[in-house]
Parts: sequence; C-alpha cells; structure tokens
Amino acid sequence: MNNETYTLSVNGTDMPVHDAWVGESLLYVLRERLGLPGAKGACEQGECGSCTVILDGEAVCSCLVMAAAAVGRSVATVEGLNPDGSLTDVQQAFVDEGAVQCGFCTPGLVVAVHHLLDSTPVPDAMQVKEALSGNICRCTGYGRIIAAVDRVVEVRKGSRA
Amino acid sequence: MTVASPATLGDAVDILGDGNDWHVLAGGTDLMVEVNFNHRHPRNVLSLARVAELREWRETPTSWEIGAGVTWARLESGPLAAALPALAEAARTVGSPQIRAAGTIGGNLGTCSPAGDGLPVLSALGASVVLRSAAGSRSVPFAEFMTGPKRSVRLPSELVTGVSIPKTEGWQGYSKVGVRNAMVISIASACLVIDRGSVRVALGSVGPTIIRATEAEAWLNGINAVPARAVNASVAREFGERVAQEARPIDDHRSTAAYRRHAVSVIASRLLEKGTRE
Repeated sequence: MNNETYTLSVNGTDMPVHDAWVGESLLYVLRERLGLPGAKGACEQGECGSCTVILDGEAVCSCLVMAAAAVGRSVATVEGLNPDGSLTDVQQAFVDEGAVQCGFCTPGLVVAVHHLLDSTPVPDAMQVKEALSGNICRCTGYGRIIAAVDRVVEVRKGSRA
Repeated sequence: MTVASPATLGDAVDILGDGNDWHVLAGGTDLMVEVNFNHRHPRNVLSLARVAELREWRETPTSWEIGAGVTWARLESGPLAAALPALAEAARTVGSPQIRAAGTIGGNLGTCSPAGDGLPVLSALGASVVLRSAAGSRSVPFAEFMTGPKRSVRLPSELVTGVSIPKTEGWQGYSKVGVRNAMVISIASACLVIDRGSVRVALGSVGPTIIRATEAEAWLNGINAVPARAVNASVAREFGERVAQEARPIDDHRSTAAYRRHAVSVIASRLLEKGTRE
C-alpha cells in the first residue's frame, strides 16, 4: 500500500486526509478529499492560475504542490476569505464590474487580487497586470477584471480616509 | 510511493544516501507537472519544504552564497536583485508570479534543462554549484556541472545545496526570446557579463547544455573593444554572428534551429551594445 493518512492546515483548521496516495496534488486533495472545490483545476501544469491558493503567505498554484509535502504548512483557499459565506469586497467588485463571465478563472483571480492588495494596497497599473499575469481568463479580455481591482483600491482608499 | 520531509539538511542528505532511489522535490514546478500527467512515477520523494537552511543567502567579501531553496520571487527584487541584476532579470522571466513564488534556483540546477532561465546567468558569472552528500560537500564549476539535457554530474546521493557566485566588476544583463512576454519557456536566451573589462557570454536553449561562447569572447576581448568602449554597431553585429556560430540549436516543438540561431545572435549583439553603452 502506498496510501497514507496525514493532516493539512487549511483556512486555519486542521483537516485529516485519509488513506490518500501521497503523490496527489494539493488541488486534488482540496477538491476531492476535503470538500473545498473553490480552487479550480484546468491545466494541471501551473500555466493557468485557476487553482491559486495561499501557501505560507505566498500565492502559488495548488496543482504544483504535493499535498503530502504541505504537512505543517499553512494553506488558505478562496473559501477561507470570508468564512461566513458572504462576498469579500474583491468578489463584490468582480460582480459589480462584470468581471465574471464563465467564472472558471474567478476564484484564482480573487485569491491573487487579495494577495496583491494585502502587500500593495495602492498598486500601479503595471503592478496589477504583473500580479494577474499568472491567471488566464479567456472570456473578459481582462479589462473588467482590472476595473474591478481599481474599484476595490478606490473603495478601500475611501474607507481609510 | 513515500514522501519524506526532513527538517534539517543533515537529515535530508542522510535520507538521500540510503539507497532508496529518492527524487528530490523543491518548488514542485517541474516534478508535479510530470506526476500530474503520469509521465513520472517517483518511488520515493524527498521534499525540501521544511529545510529552512536551504533558503538562506549571504554575502562574503568575494562572492554571493545563495541557498538552493531561494525562490525566483526573492531573486527578482530586493538586495539580491541589486547585487545580481542579470539573475534578477532572468528570475522575472520565469513563469508567472505563482511559479516564481514556488520555484527555486536549486530546482533549476536539479532539473538542469537547457531552457532553465537561471542557468546562462550562473554560467556567465562563473558560478559554482555546491553539492552535499552524507559523505561531505564539493563545489563544481557550472561549466563542469551540466553534461547534457537534464543531465549533470550530481550523484544520486548528492543534493544541490546552493550556488557560489563570484563578485564581478562591471555590467551584467540577461535576455530571453519566447513566443510571448509572460509565462513562457525560452526559445533562446543569453547572459552577458563584463567583468573588469572582459566579456563573458552564455547561451540557453540553443544546445544540449548551456554554452559559453568562448571563441566569440576571445575575439571581442582580443580587439580590446570593451575597455575602450569602442563597440560600434558593426562590432556588435559581428559579435552576435560569432556567438551564433557557437550555438548548437535543434528543431523542436518550440522553435526551429535556424530561428534559434538568428535569435541568439540578435540578443547577444543587443546585450553587448547595452552593456557597453551603460
């Protein structure tokens, strides 16, 4: 038998993974074993960013993380952004600006935008494009996504003033 | 398949040397793609995620000592980027922010692809690769480290623990050609270093290994162009052509040999012009 039981820390909660093949990606384990389908699987090779999660404070592709090697590390997913299930300001801005079309890339983009604004509250245009360059969207052409980021930045500026 | 996640370097090399055919896992950006697509079935995986000492770097009077676990994200800005601007330029071309947050310079050396973005920089800077096994450490000049596509002199019992990059005095720069600007594997790349008036140039993705264009270097250094800042457009063009003659590119799914040879000539020429102008 190659399967093992191990525990991951996801969104601040210890979650046991039972009898799992240790070569599984974190993306697979989140979606298929832990009931957290927010991170999306598309390319499975780190090209598309739809599986973006925060691992020990860094935005990474969960498809490229071996889940069994993430024991002892801190994983945060899109589900953990607002545990009560309401929308974050970034998610609301995506809705308001029409940045969601098919929606498949949205969770990864939302995680990437939160990660950007946590470290850079008022990014310039190039910083926004660079921060989102690892997240592929085939519907919007990115204009509405960038408009959503701009809206969050403005609203947060207003609330700080 | 089993996964081991030791917390210290000593434990890591003890495990690696136990004869159980371990595959080393650093940032995962190469290995996990192969695992996800069933192209590789490692029997045992040694994860370096918990080995904090591999993520350290330090400056000595003569060199930069960079741990194998230092990520591209940490090389692309901050103090290391100021010290090693060509390596920072190469780091910024690696994948996406998500890839750069995970992928490491040690992983580049472990995979040892001719398209590894950091490798031409290590070659041109005259870096050495630090290898460690349970029996001890050794330092291998990059020129002797890489022996072919995804092949190196690293023994199965050895771990890449870092690189030692001698300090240079002068300009350094990196350039890469791909099918677009972001999230791309290189079709051709080059790093040019001017160290105390002498030029070194190393090429990526245009041969089975990283190639130092030593004959073009000797030609250029022989005409004493660099210290005199006498590099005009025709010298730069001839330098690029001479560099391209030393490339050994192939046709593959990413590009043709002819285009690679042309591209590496152009970027080598531009790097020389840029380096001697600034």
